[in-house]
Amino acid sequence: MITGTKREKAPRIISRAVTTPMIRIGGWSLSVYALLFYLFLYGPIIILIVYSFNDSRFPTQWAGFSLRWYERLFNNRAMGAALRNSLIVTTSSTLISTVIGTMISVAMERYRFKGKTPLDAMLFLPIIIPDIAMAIMLVAFFGLAHMRLGFVTIIISHVAFNISFVAIVVRARLAAIDPRLEEAAADLYANEWQAFWRITFPLLLPGILGGALLAFTLSLDDYVITFFTSGPGSTTLPLRIYGMVKTGITPEVNAISSLMLLASLGLVVLSLWLQGKGE
Amino acid sequence: MLREAQTRRERLVLRVLLVPTLFWLIIFFMVPLLVIFVYSFMTRQVPVGIDFPLHLGNYIRFADILYIKIFWRSFVIALLTTAICLLMGYPLAFWMSRQPAKVRNTLLLLLMIPFWTNFVVRTYALKFFLFRQGIMNNVLTGIGLIDEPLLVMYTPTAVVIGLVYGWVVEMILPLYACMADLDNSLLEAAQDLYASRFKVFWRVILPLTLPGIAAGSILVFVPALGAYITPDLLGGSKTAMIGNIIADQFGASADWAFGSALSFVLMAIMLVGTLLYFRILRGDSSV
Amino acid sequence: MPQPAVQLINVTKQFGQVVAVDNISLDIEDGEFFSLLGPSGCGKTTTLRMIAGLEVTTMGQILIHGKPMHQTPSFKRPVNTVFQNYALFPHMTIEKNVAFGLEMRGVPKEEIGAQVREALEMVQLPQMAKRRPRQLSGGQQQRIALARALVNRPEVLLLDEPLGALDLKLRKAMQLELKALQSQVGITFVYVTHDQEEALTMSDRIAVMDQGLILQVGAPREIYERPSCRFVADFIGETNFMDGRVTGVDGSNVTVEVDGEVAILATSETPVSVGQEVTVAIRPEKFVLGGVGRVRGRIREVIYIGTDWRYIIQLTSRSEVVARQQNLDPVHSASLRPGEEIGLSWEPYQAMVLTE
Repeated sequence: MITGTKREKAPRIISRAVTTPMIRIGGWSLSVYALLFYLFLYGPIIILIVYSFNDSRFPTQWAGFSLRWYERLFNNRAMGAALRNSLIVTTSSTLISTVIGTMISVAMERYRFKGKTPLDAMLFLPIIIPDIAMAIMLVAFFGLAHMRLGFVTIIISHVAFNISFVAIVVRARLAAIDPRLEEAAADLYANEWQAFWRITFPLLLPGILGGALLAFTLSLDDYVITFFTSGPGSTTLPLRIYGMVKTGITPEVNAISSLMLLASLGLVVLSLWLQGKGE
Repeated sequence: MLREAQTRRERLVLRVLLVPTLFWLIIFFMVPLLVIFVYSFMTRQVPVGIDFPLHLGNYIRFADILYIKIFWRSFVIALLTTAICLLMGYPLAFWMSRQPAKVRNTLLLLLMIPFWTNFVVRTYALKFFLFRQGIMNNVLTGIGLIDEPLLVMYTPTAVVIGLVYGWVVEMILPLYACMADLDNSLLEAAQDLYASRFKVFWRVILPLTLPGIAAGSILVFVPALGAYITPDLLGGSKTAMIGNIIADQFGASADWAFGSALSFVLMAIMLVGTLLYFRILRGDSSV
Repeated sequence: MPQPAVQLINVTKQFGQVVAVDNISLDIEDGEFFSLLGPSGCGKTTTLRMIAGLEVTTMGQILIHGKPMHQTPSFKRPVNTVFQNYALFPHMTIEKNVAFGLEMRGVPKEEIGAQVREALEMVQLPQMAKRRPRQLSGGQQQRIALARALVNRPEVLLLDEPLGALDLKLRKAMQLELKALQSQVGITFVYVTHDQEEALTMSDRIAVMDQGLILQVGAPREIYERPSCRFVADFIGETNFMDGRVTGVDGSNVTVEVDGEVAILATSETPVSVGQEVTVAIRPEKFVLGGVGRVRGRIREVIYIGTDWRYIIQLTSRSEVVARQQNLDPVHSASLRPGEEIGLSWEPYQAMVLTE
């Protein structure tokens, strides 16, 4: 699997048994290095969270613990609207792309048909194409088609990149389900519809949920494409945060960022749980 | 096990499964791609808009020293980012792959969490750390290592740090996958055959992890080259990369034709990179 | 005259350019234990899948109890299948697995419970009802797959190498059990296998297939004793083949000269003429060693395999045969040594003349 953009976050927990005794190459120094590496990864995040509880208006003067920035955040109307907009966009694009992505996965993993290879390539393109290129081509298209920029265009765009990501996850899961089970169902008097809902769907569910979760994360994460395809009144959370970050550093941004971190932590835990269930 | 759609009923089912994706990806992906392809040969209208005739002028404009500079800068930044990610990621991936199974899974999880976190938020976290009155400068001046705060923000250095921070995990995952496959007995066999530690690395480990290096490098290089957010937030106007210039053509500069041409050149570079990646992967399977 | 349970009329199946099943016709009688036997890729599984409706025939007709099945999809056919790897639904309990077919056909809930219990008792696993397939051993899963199919009382039960994944001992036990079960329920069994011994042990009749064709149909004894061609003789059991030329014909008794050195007395089912090139097939156990014999040979090797002794005997300058003697008298058998000359004899009807 290849990833090309920040949107690629397909769950890839790889664990293989290396049980033979460790060979010591590097030894101690490597362990120390690893510690430093994780510090590099987490240091800025942890500092960000800590300072979101800072009572001072100035970002680096510690003036005691306070929840005032969170309070302010919850009273911030624009932020509330952005959250609402994000939820609208994310939820709709996740639902649509999950259904479509699951359908195409079944077609790709269960049937042989003409034009499959070009279709596979077409599914692959949105994954490797840079965000910025996808953003401008969509905005050019919407302009040409005289479509007003807003929720509809954002959702259309998010679905356009999410179908491929959902398909990656669902296809991987589907490939692991023995097609004979579906044949056995047909042999036991279940028609295609019954066979899908009684056999394939329950077995595929962890994959579908995993795909949906990925779509949700990517949609919630996206800034570049949303920025270009949004119109007045459809500003999403990343757009609003971005605007605040551009203008300067305020404790309020720290607070909203910490909440976003918490949300993604929840998503990771959820995805791991799903993976565990899938096995 | 794939099957042909044999009955009329099955063919209908297959069609129903295919149509939504075909519809969506053709209308909202392939057609837009075609639109900007045509745009890239069209002519800018002042103040806004685009019109015929078709010509190659937008591509010829790359010869301008300004754009050559920006492309070159983006290329160098992306390459530097890739090299640093490799240097940082390789030892970590190796160390991880030699840990007991339980520890390894926890370490992987710890890598995944930032990875699932909003990119804008992560970039902001770095900005908060790096800026003039930020923690880094406070600590460094506090312990007396430097007298004056380091002015990292809004420099190419900040962009590289930001890109490394954003993408280093992408480098580690394929490296780790590759190294987890590396059997300890191979290393032991090499040592048994009188290879020094350095030689074990140079003659055994490095060649065997080459596919991981290739995969990781592409996974970092491609998004780094097309970066928009990182240079915009950390680099400022003087360190703009291709992505920012493209965005500008569809914003303030309002030159859609040129922006489309820029996008196509960017995509062409990435396509070459990706094909190279597959070539290397295929090469690996034949060894 | 009762209707055959399954009738194949000029059935062909093509996958792209590959002909998997090539214009075969076959009648399977009601209540029969019928085996499709052949090497992998011979088209036996494809044939079974066409009967099940899992593959659509390219040409030809399939009838079940006289009813054409062409327009009938798999889920409406009165047949059930035991799949090679059982294909038990992993997310359902054993009970739910067995009940699945009944539920799909809309059998009332009250009846389903009783029938499922009965089916599980039939395969002697009633205590497993609440378990999941993966908690069962291979042999147990196999029985559940059987119960899941038989509970629907199909007109024909299709079995696709159902014992293939079991170890040898268990497989032997299951062979007898399956056979007993079949005569108990009286349902027509169509059994696909590549194991000739399994087919011989269980079947009423066998169809031997190769490269999409049916080479011979008959009872196990017929197939073994009177193979129709070299492939069948070779595939089923062990056979000595000797190529030669017919030198004399007297009714069905034929003399064949092998390598221009020895004359072999054999029997031919089909008319042959003097001078024709033919192959003579003799099973190793049909030879009687000692005495003057019909021909003489020199022992090249003696192999002891417990139940039998095997002798590799040089017959002519070019041909060798394998002879097998039951290990009845160890002292006597051991007295035959490599290098010794020995007489071989056989009943002429045991030596078969094959023309193809």
